[in-house]
Amino acid sequence: MLRNSENGFGTVTIALHWTIAVLILGLILAGFVMRRIEIDPGLQFSLYQWHKSFGFTALGLAAFRMLWWLVETSPAASPTLGPMEHMAARATHLSLIALALLVPLSGWAVVSVSTLAIPSFYFNLIIIPHLPLPKSGTSEAFWALAHAMLAYVTLGLVAIHAAAAFYHHLVRRDLVLIRMLRSGSMPRTGSTVKTSGKDDTVVERKRI
Amino acid sequence: MTSSGKQSMAVTLPLSLLALALAGTPVAGAKAPALADAAGTYRIASSSRIQFSVGQVGGSGGIAGSFTKFSGIFRIDGDDVGRSSVEFTLFPESVRSTERRIEDFLRSSAVFDAANHRTVTFRSTGVSQTGPDAATIEGVLTARGKSRKERFDVRLTDWNRRSISFTIRGSIRRSPYGMTVGTPIYSNVVEFDMNIRGQKR
Repeated sequence: MLRNSENGFGTVTIALHWTIAVLILGLILAGFVMRRIEIDPGLQFSLYQWHKSFGFTALGLAAFRMLWWLVETSPAASPTLGPMEHMAARATHLSLIALALLVPLSGWAVVSVSTLAIPSFYFNLIIIPHLPLPKSGTSEAFWALAHAMLAYVTLGLVAIHAAAAFYHHLVRRDLVLIRMLRSGSMPRTGSTVKTSGKDDTVVERKRI
Repeated sequence: MTSSGKQSMAVTLPLSLLALALAGTPVAGAKAPALADAAGTYRIASSSRIQFSVGQVGGSGGIAGSFTKFSGIFRIDGDDVGRSSVEFTLFPESVRSTERRIEDFLRSSAVFDAANHRTVTFRSTGVSQTGPDAATIEGVLTARGKSRKERFDVRLTDWNRRSISFTIRGSIRRSPYGMTVGTPIYSNVVEFDMNIRGQKR
């Protein structure tokens, strides 16, 4: 099923989650390579252009993700979560959704204010206009720093988020991770049963 | 991005142009020199200007720059303009653009690879007059170790007994010289716009 239910995530949410996850990790890696490592200047130029095209893709998907999150129901939190865990998870998920938008927006600002004025030619198909911001070396430095810092914060939250998912999967042995892999309510079949023995314990939280 | 340099040119100046001038078409208001005065060998003066530009997708903008270090000699054949010749050398290390990052990129291995290819040269193979004050120069342009035949349009703008000036224009495709970086955001075609002054030797 495409849509979320009380018990689990729908295909749309799951597909968005993993697509955005892969894009974010790939973009951070490319960003690191093109900015922090000495590489061939021609390759560096190309990496920048790919980074921009994939970055705009991430921005579009993140915007859709945000809308989807606003209109869709979120599955109930896993009963295995305590109130503090629930709050921490929710804060992390909200932050990730916001950062998935802010990081590419700040990257768009870098491109827009740069005195190099290199066009954003999305996958060599269409020109994405620059944001209407004044160009200057100072603002380019500011936005480049903001873009990098936001990206590193995102990476840190992703690490926490992933560690929590593995913790639930491997230690708590609940369905938190599983339900972001398979759509539908995930009842008993799924394995991971809880220690408590209630076999429908099931769904865990990964809210959003 | 860009290009190749190229350049060169020069020379050509059809004596016949001069002849026309003599005939009374006042070019540049100079007093008409004797043909014998125009024929000769000239050194390309450092006051010449070698500018280039590369368009970008969407129209406005692009890369523009110039070269400040170059040298060359041309000879105008008094008996047969078509036998005139030019040799021109350009040092890509001297490229100037709107900002340092662009200049460094142009010098880098992505474009001119100035560290390994210190010069861009043009050696004419033929000159043909195309109008009273215009000619076309064909020759071999060598950049990044690759040589190709290229063509430039030359127009006489001024002369006197000691010096002569031309504007020279040419559109050079950069990809054959291994300078494909930045396409298709930046055009494959580099437009050269030069003002060449020759000092008679």
